[in-house]
Amino acid sequence: MSAAQGENVLDIRGLHIALDGLADAGLVKGLDLTIRPGETHCLVGESGSGKSLTALATMGLLAPVLKCTQGQILLNGEDVLTVSPRRLRRLRATAMSMIFQEPMTALNPVARVGRQIEEVLENHSNLSPRQRKGRVMEMMEAVHLPDIERMYRSYPHQLSGGQRQRIMIAMALIMKPKLLIADEPTTALDVTTQAQILSLVQELREKQGTAVLFITHDMGVVAEIADRVTVLKLGEVMESHPTEQLLRHPRTDYTRDLLQSVPSHVPRPPRPDSGTPEVLRVDGLNKVYVEGGWFTKGRETHAAKDVAFSLKKGRTVGIVGESGSGKSTVARCVMRLIDPTSGRIEIGGTDIATLKPAALKPHRRKFQIVFQDPMRSLNPRIEVGESIIEGPLNFGVSRKAALARARELMQLVGLPASAVDRFPHQFSGGQRQRIAIARALAMEPEVLVADEAVSALDVSVQAQVLRLLAELQDRLGLGILFITHDLGVAAQICDDVIVMKLGEVVEYGPAGRVLASPRHAYTKALIEAAPGRHWDFANFRPFAEETPNAGPHGAAGSAH
Amino acid sequence: MLGYVVQRILATIPVMGFVALIVFLLLRLSGDPAAMLAGDAATPEVIARIRENLGLNDPLYVQFFRWIGEMLRGDFGTSLLSGTPVTTMILQRMEPTISLALTTIFLSVIIAVPLGVLAAWKQGTLIDRFVMLLSVIGFSVPVFVIGYMMIAFFAIELRWFPVQGFRPIGQGIEPFLSRITLPTLTLTLLYVALIARITRTSMLEILNDDYIRTARAKGLPEGKVLLRHALRNCSVPIITVIGIGFALIISGVVVTETVFNLPGLGRLTVDAVLARDYPVIQAVILLSSLVYVVVNLLIDIAYVFLDPRIRYQ
Repeated sequence: MSAAQGENVLDIRGLHIALDGLADAGLVKGLDLTIRPGETHCLVGESGSGKSLTALATMGLLAPVLKCTQGQILLNGEDVLTVSPRRLRRLRATAMSMIFQEPMTALNPVARVGRQIEEVLENHSNLSPRQRKGRVMEMMEAVHLPDIERMYRSYPHQLSGGQRQRIMIAMALIMKPKLLIADEPTTALDVTTQAQILSLVQELREKQGTAVLFITHDMGVVAEIADRVTVLKLGEVMESHPTEQLLRHPRTDYTRDLLQSVPSHVPRPPRPDSGTPEVLRVDGLNKVYVEGGWFTKGRETHAAKDVAFSLKKGRTVGIVGESGSGKSTVARCVMRLIDPTSGRIEIGGTDIATLKPAALKPHRRKFQIVFQDPMRSLNPRIEVGESIIEGPLNFGVSRKAALARARELMQLVGLPASAVDRFPHQFSGGQRQRIAIARALAMEPEVLVADEAVSALDVSVQAQVLRLLAELQDRLGLGILFITHDLGVAAQICDDVIVMKLGEVVEYGPAGRVLASPRHAYTKALIEAAPGRHWDFANFRPFAEETPNAGPHGAAGSAH
Repeated sequence: MLGYVVQRILATIPVMGFVALIVFLLLRLSGDPAAMLAGDAATPEVIARIRENLGLNDPLYVQFFRWIGEMLRGDFGTSLLSGTPVTTMILQRMEPTISLALTTIFLSVIIAVPLGVLAAWKQGTLIDRFVMLLSVIGFSVPVFVIGYMMIAFFAIELRWFPVQGFRPIGQGIEPFLSRITLPTLTLTLLYVALIARITRTSMLEILNDDYIRTARAKGLPEGKVLLRHALRNCSVPIITVIGIGFALIISGVVVTETVFNLPGLGRLTVDAVLARDYPVIQAVILLSSLVYVVVNLLIDIAYVFLDPRIRYQ
């Protein structure tokens, strides 16, 4: 091995991963990747690109049905694919560590978190119990956890998502490994928490000189932290360059498309006031949950407090906020999936907030919802056509007419009419979300509630679905209530934006005003925290370089 | 925590009261106790005198509360058949049954839990199939078949153990063990099948959880991953099955007791039913309900210690 190669912490050469016995249909095909000490290397790609498989293969944690059929994974010059299981266990946590996407489930729920960190030391060091506890405390301090004595004794469910991810990081870095693999570690977190975790990873990388292999689908995160980027598509490397070079001069069409699909954080130019009638008006909406004891007065949680807004035909109102902000509560109240505690919800002039089920039924047609996870929101056992016509049938449409309409709708959302006879599992995530939209449209609603409807989708698919929603809005005059945590998406499709925090509306106004010159400190903090907001991905340059007249044109909003 | 336990114990009172009411009414519906007591040849005068003596002319609710009061003082009446107090009879029959329950559950757990863990860890291999086969046999072969096979082989052929009977543990460990072994083994097969299956199923589910991947990523040896991280998370379903299994044995394993001639509660129940010995039937039904309620209470309290996410106000 030459000296130059020896410098690399990780050197993956010609890696192939395939299902056991299906070596021809590779899931990762000839991947090369090198990481130098102290470098942050981002591995980006959409679902199915093989980025997580590569990470798991490096750790030796691939599911037994998956095999590395060819290639080498050299960790400090040692091929982890050929070492003994014992040696591999020794390397884990001491030479390489991994943190995962879901901090909520990555920790053992029945063990105290301090003990879980300490377990690493028990296995990989000869420290006395006192010394171990001391090291754990130091490490918990280093990841900036508050009140570490109490934290040490806490169980995972007593911590927030961000705190749990800090515990994971402490666990991963306590033996000062040369390589940290981070598999979408901030995807499940709120944007402000994400910003903190990203800066923590950067800080510890600098302190310990750890090389970081950072897996993400988020170009914003890439722009924020990466030294070098490798783009993967269906198991193959598209290109690998220093970050700036890749963002400015992408070589492949795939990378270019990927970058152009990123919704810009600069709001699109406002649409002129439509002057159309109001389809939804919410006034003084409250939702209070009471956690009750038998004998004591229950503890009240205000999930939504005095929420008020209005939505006109053909317009889009966005509700943005972090988890626990109450944005989904509002959506569910509007849909009457849950009953509001007080307030008015007027749909086409009728207050539906307190209507009894029978009286509500004729109004149900007018408001429909699309949920976040298209993998779970369609009944897997019935053909999608049946799912679509179920609503119209309930309203007395004949089966024949409903089916004919379903076939039309399929084409309207960009799928073949014959798709009605197939089952949900035969479609991709993006296609299923189109079906979910078609299902909602079958009722010919006036108001469409989209609850994080594009959050689970890959960025290119997300852009397509957003374009579809914009088109449908133009053609059908839909009023859309769009719930999202993604300020970029909100900036590209909303006319008005409501910012919520802990059940309260902190800011409400035209999207251009709220997102470009926020008045409330919380809105500012949210915008500040959004990764990559200084980068104009669609135009391959930072925003600062922008000429005053050339307005940005994020692809997601280009339907107008 | 203490408040929760007290609250749960208080909550058992209405449950037991309801059971008592049902038992009381059912037995009243099945006929006039005085007539049954007096026998077929009794004259109406005799029956009337018995009614008077037993207080059967009082309103039903007075009778009910009087009956409850007697039970609370430990008086379950006297057996119609033998004339001995029911309390004495039950106490005598308790030891064989409780002994059998304890030995069976103990043996089953130490065999079944490791087997279940092993089967899940080695899913799809020969070991796994062996455990599943054992479990199918345990479920499907009737207990009396296994029992008589045990007697035929170990007691009659090899003469390792006495054929039948019971000796209290107070009369020496050796005679106690020699007689309890075969019934224990017989029941153990069934309970191993049950507990191993539950253990395997919950382990399989837990082994797919993210924190198992985390444990492996820490470089822990498989043993620690399985026992410290996976098995502890399976303890809730396993403890539940063990508890219910225990209660099942206490409330009577008639077949096993009959095959091995154990003077336990199961046989007491059957004898009482066949002889229409109502005071005994009443007491036995109430006792088994109480066992179920107490076992469930203990299981619920155990949950709090096994899973820190479960907290009750």
